[in-house]
Amino acid sequence: MSASVTQSWDELTEGLWRQNPTFVMVLGMCPTLAVTVSGVNALAMGIATTLVLIFSCLLVSLMRNIVPGEVRIATYIVIIATFVTVVDYLIQAISLELYDALGAFIQLIVVNCIILGRAEAHASKTPPIPAMLNAVGMGAGFTLGLLSLGIVREILGAGKLFGITLFGESFQPWVVMVLPPGGFFVLGGWLLIFAWWARRKEAGGAQS
Amino acid sequence: MSSRLEIRSSPHIKGVSSVETIMKNVVWSLLPICAFYVFQYGISALATLVVVTASCLLADRLFARLGGQSGDIGDWSATITGLLLALTIPPGFPLWMGFVIGFVAIALGKALFGGLGRNVFNPALVGRAFGQAAFPTAIATYTPSFMPGRFTEFIPSSLAMPFMTPADTSAWIAAAKLDAWAGATPLAKWKFETVLAPAIDLLTSIGGNLAVGPAPILIVLCGLYLAARRFLDWRIPVATLIGAALTGYVVYLLNPARYPDPVFVLLSGGLVLGAVYMATDMATSPVTPRGVWVYGGLIGFLTVIIRYFSGLPEGVMYSILIANAATPLIERVTQPRPFGTASLGKRKGRAVYPLLPAEPVDVAGREKDKK
Repeated sequence: MSASVTQSWDELTEGLWRQNPTFVMVLGMCPTLAVTVSGVNALAMGIATTLVLIFSCLLVSLMRNIVPGEVRIATYIVIIATFVTVVDYLIQAISLELYDALGAFIQLIVVNCIILGRAEAHASKTPPIPAMLNAVGMGAGFTLGLLSLGIVREILGAGKLFGITLFGESFQPWVVMVLPPGGFFVLGGWLLIFAWWARRKEAGGAQS
Repeated sequence: MSSRLEIRSSPHIKGVSSVETIMKNVVWSLLPICAFYVFQYGISALATLVVVTASCLLADRLFARLGGQSGDIGDWSATITGLLLALTIPPGFPLWMGFVIGFVAIALGKALFGGLGRNVFNPALVGRAFGQAAFPTAIATYTPSFMPGRFTEFIPSSLAMPFMTPADTSAWIAAAKLDAWAGATPLAKWKFETVLAPAIDLLTSIGGNLAVGPAPILIVLCGLYLAARRFLDWRIPVATLIGAALTGYVVYLLNPARYPDPVFVLLSGGLVLGAVYMATDMATSPVTPRGVWVYGGLIGFLTVIIRYFSGLPEGVMYSILIANAATPLIERVTQPRPFGTASLGKRKGRAVYPLLPAEPVDVAGREKDKK
């Protein structure tokens, strides 16, 4: 029992830290750079991707013994596209403003490498429950990555956090932060911090 | 007993000048320019110089410690970056922004690539480019030089609180009751109002409250000192200025009514400072003798093109950065021919194989093929 709990926990946390999609695997860079202008956009994008990821992985995992190997990628794409369409209409129904802000990037979740990668590398070889747990972890890790970019870019680029003004009227926005180069700068900064921290941890582990 | 055979790669004969010596001399040669800048703009300029340089040194220390990079505060290179960056931004640039771009200059321009000597782009210009992208209004807001109270009061925009918009300087300038030149650089004046500043004022930066940097004549003198001591390659500034003057002259001939004469091109903006101090950065300029002419000419050409045909009044920064990016390519195509060889890889006369073949040639095998 405890072994299986440990295993489940392992599946769940893999995406959060050890194999974080943004900071370790560096996958799904298009939405990471494009929609992280504000915290709300980043969060919405993260949740949308997570939903698609969970249900796609579940379905892929359920069908893993039926689908012939030759057509598996096409099958995954159809499955993913179905859920992306669902999410697309869902966001449109909830908030038209958000839908316009995210633009084509909702539809582009179809070609997000994280989802296809998880389906191919994990869900197609694992039973449904662990596959879903892993997908939840991966989605949370991706959302975390998007949020960490979105928060920094929103604070520096607009002086706000989730739409709440932080610095008052006379805040000087850093124009570059809401432009594409700002996305690269902030992503690079986070990667630097994570790599530095990982290396420190490694060095500490080796000493003890 | 203790003697051992030491096998080393070249160079075996070293000159006396180390990185530290060169950098220290560059700093010394920059000091008169900085003093002139303070003379022009008073304590605001002094504060800018101090804050930006301090921020560069701080970033340098931080990354040297975190990343374990080589680099020593004693090598003076971060000081040069700071001073040059401070000289390229407006004197009334808010100090907190100066701190930010100083930090970014070292972080993004130098530490990212692995420290001194490994950087692809001139760190000071990377910092300025970041400033241009992040704070486009502040970096284009110039104030007139030789304001009456410059040694007792700051330019209002200097002392903006961190993260806050700087105060508007137009009322402050209007209160000083200067003539029409106030508040715009001669380049912006020419570009947006087609008014030319007199050449003698541009050369000395002294007359008429012009919103200009330190005098080009002073920069050239300081550059001559460095060139005489072989601390910079004189070909690069010369090529840059020739490139800019030629391009400017050609455009001037095409339409003298619209475009300024080459003298204005040479003396206005940051061209001289850029040509002497930034284009000559050793790590980011070509090392081949013919390459430096191409490199300098490219900077001069691009500067004039950006000034005349783009939305920006000044183009020195971007043209040097572009030329920095082109440096490896320039070095590749201008490789000097080794003495005694024909063009690389070509057979000469009746020779059986080229003198410098790309790969070892099997002469006997080739003979066999012929039969």
